Amino acid sequence: MNSGDTAWVLTASALVLLMTIPGLAFFYGGLVRRKNVLSILMQCFIIVCVISLQWVLFGYSLAFGPDFHGIIGTLEWAGLAGVGAAPNSNYAATIPHSAFMIFQAMFAVITPALIIGAYAERVKFPAFLLFTVLWATFVYDPLAHWVWGAGGWLKSLGGLDFAGGIVVHVSSGISALVLALLLGKRVGYNHKPIRPHNLPFTVLGAALLWFGWFGFNAGSALAADGLAATAFVNTNTATAAAGLAWALIEWRHNGSPTILGAATGAVAGLVAITPACGFVNPMNAMLIGIIVAFVCYIAVAVMKGKLGYDDSLDAFGVHGVGGTVGTLLTGIFAQKAINPAGADGLLFGNLHTFGIQCLMLVVTVVFAAIMTFIIFKIVDAAIGMRVEEKNEIIGLDLTQQSEAAYTVIE
Amino acid sequence: MKLVIAIIQPHKLEAVKRELEAVEVNLMTVTNVLGQGRQKGVTEIYRGAKEAGGLLNKVRLDIAVNEDFVEPTIDAVTRGAHTGSVGDGKIFVVELAQCIRISTGERGGVAIG
Repeated sequence: MNSGDTAWVLTASALVLLMTIPGLAFFYGGLVRRKNVLSILMQCFIIVCVISLQWVLFGYSLAFGPDFHGIIGTLEWAGLAGVGAAPNSNYAATIPHSAFMIFQAMFAVITPALIIGAYAERVKFPAFLLFTVLWATFVYDPLAHWVWGAGGWLKSLGGLDFAGGIVVHVSSGISALVLALLLGKRVGYNHKPIRPHNLPFTVLGAALLWFGWFGFNAGSALAADGLAATAFVNTNTATAAAGLAWALIEWRHNGSPTILGAATGAVAGLVAITPACGFVNPMNAMLIGIIVAFVCYIAVAVMKGKLGYDDSLDAFGVHGVGGTVGTLLTGIFAQKAINPAGADGLLFGNLHTFGIQCLMLVVTVVFAAIMTFIIFKIVDAAIGMRVEEKNEIIGLDLTQQSEAAYTVIE
Repeated sequence: MKLVIAIIQPHKLEAVKRELEAVEVNLMTVTNVLGQGRQKGVTEIYRGAKEAGGLLNKVRLDIAVNEDFVEPTIDAVTRGAHTGSVGDGKIFVVELAQCIRISTGERGGVAIG
């Protein structure tokens, strides 16, 4: 056991919590209309409550518990039985098993919260709750086991995902797209502009995401060591490059650099460097940031409009597309010189790693899409996913939460 | 009695107030409003999606005056708000049927000033 490692992983866990609330909550909350801001804050907040409990009760055991044929963990660790102060050498030999568990809990929390961006402003609260629990149990937990769990079948193949590009961002991003397509557009989406109600909230949220992401990425080293520092430096470098690149692209394309653009670019950079941050050198991290800004810009500003789906807050455009770019680029830029436990990528003469990355991607996309489709159909049949049109127009704050964020008269 | 309603550029409010004070018109109600005239709106861009024709911020002044103050008020607002470009705003003058000062119950022209 190492007290430095333990201190860092516990701190990193708190940083990742900060990403969901208030980071993501305000990032998304600022982007919706004023009548829906509380619904977003509520969804993010209650996900922290619900998934924290799901994780303790059985989620952690499904994802990381003793392996069952490479596809799922058994329920042996349900209720955190046997998950205590003693380290588990399969995951992290120098910190308490419970520290590893709570770090992973924060990842399990933020992943379904990312999907909120796709169904924002039109989902029924009870349907959101049921969907979230089912999705965490039947999509996130198995996928986390495949990629990260001891004995997981994708882990055994040698796929590279340092901090969750596949498990967190591709899975939530693809599910977001499926949901946006199934749920349909918001009322009035094609007729009048739906403008963000508070961009300062969004910028505040993006900045907190950037801050918390150091816990997410550098914490994934699971030790306070050189690898953590590498991940930290790469995270900051790629994010800075992507934020600047996005602003420059739209300056050229639309005539003005916007703060929403710079913030969105930074988040896309954070997403793309997530799988790569422990495997690449800083110059390639910069390149990853620049590339993802271009690709996500096209996805969000060009493709979404042409294809006509209403991914309200670009959960797919930023997390799905950014995660895909990051996963593929990890297979290109990874090098053993940076992390001996990793692998060499395409650029360093190893086609195999790139092939595994593509396979992981395809498996995740297909699995998450099909499962999300099934879960949507179940929840829609049971409760109905979407609010009535009248309630959507009044707003979710009043109709789902019975409260209002802002008053007109005191 | 007339009600003079002036829609002006927000940054011209101080100049208009100075001009009104100069002709001894000191009572007014000021509100922030949104509007769109010949100036059209401004184009806003969110994540690359252009949204043309957003409404512009304007300031509205409601000024109730007696007949002999109508022209001086119009002139004062014009002097303060004029730049010669589209978007300077408009002045509407409407008949005012009655005016009651709540504190004293006075009615008509005496209640205005």
